[in-house]
Amino acid sequence: MASTIRVRATSSGETTEVQALIQHPMDSGFVKDAKGELIPPHFIQQLTFEYDGKPVFAADWGGGVSKDPYVKFAFKGGKKGDDLKISWVDNKGATDSTTAKIQ
Amino acid sequence: MKPRSAIHFASAALALAALALSAAPSAFAADTPDPVADAKAFRKYFTDKFPKVKLQDFVNGPYSMNEDLHRQWEEKEQFPPYEFSLDLGKEMFAKPFKNGKSYADCFANGGIGIRQNYPTFDEKEGKVVTLELALNRCREANGEAPFSYVKDEMAALTAYMAFTSRGKPFDIKIPADPRALEAYQNGKRYFYTRRGQLNFSCATCHVQSPGERIRAEVLAPAFGILNAMPIYRSEWSGMGTISRRFVTCNSQIRGVPLNPQDDEYRDLEYYLSYVSNGLPISGPGARP
Repeated sequence: MASTIRVRATSSGETTEVQALIQHPMDSGFVKDAKGELIPPHFIQQLTFEYDGKPVFAADWGGGVSKDPYVKFAFKGGKKGDDLKISWVDNKGATDSTTAKIQ
Repeated sequence: MKPRSAIHFASAALALAALALSAAPSAFAADTPDPVADAKAFRKYFTDKFPKVKLQDFVNGPYSMNEDLHRQWEEKEQFPPYEFSLDLGKEMFAKPFKNGKSYADCFANGGIGIRQNYPTFDEKEGKVVTLELALNRCREANGEAPFSYVKDEMAALTAYMAFTSRGKPFDIKIPADPRALEAYQNGKRYFYTRRGQLNFSCATCHVQSPGERIRAEVLAPAFGILNAMPIYRSEWSGMGTISRRFVTCNSQIRGVPLNPQDDEYRDLEYYLSYVSNGLPISGPGARP
């Protein structure tokens, strides 16, 4: 199974721009299925981007975030060839992480 | 017969013949389908209506109609939402069936770069065969259960096949078979027939009003509308095939949709693809 996280991080010298796409159902817990039964909540609660051992972006998410969420941000610093680590934890305790090279 | 009445008779016959002659050409033009002229007129209508839009850009649907949307889309395309589906499709396409064969065995050129040739007219069956139909037939011929036509696996497979054909112009052929011409004509009729509680035809939105808004959405032009299929629609939070698009369109005009891959939908896809001949495949696409 391929990773649930796609990342692209590009450095422009001073700042690094990061784009990420995460595959996740992000069920809010308020939606019913075709049979009229509630789809239990299943969403990412914590998302972290780490550079050089320190978090550069952290998000506390809930059921209001859309399915397969997309994130884009920039941070100061970051060099070409360095690693950026991305991880998420959802409300069921599932987790995934990946490491991307800054381009 | 007296000479006089003979003259009368002859002139009456002449007048009748003249009537028949003058009536014949127009009736002929209305009844005999001319796909080549249709496609030319169809293209001219859209290029005249949108002189600023580049020909190749029509395949980008609403993004070709609205500058703001176009900018958003350019950004989106750097990190497209259909990527997961595309990867899944690539994986599925390469994975052999239980009997050892694979999708590649069912298609010309191993299934790579052939999207632009579908739908085709199958002269043996006497019907239109779409890519989605061909994929499920391939599965069934190899002892696998068919996929749902509207999303998920089918969308992933067609996404991959479209991706390998990107940039290749639609090349739909109508063979010299009266049944092929009839299928084309049925598709055209379906496209222009009003239906549903709202009394809309396909053309009401996609010929008469592309670029206009329907609620928050910008309508796509019918010219090149299938080139970007399958699509990731944000509204669906997922991928959808051509079948899904047809079914949803019909229910949105409050009509009763047909079943995916019914003859009417196959003919409609045939017509719509044919009139977009020459425009490049751009699928898989992303739509709001």
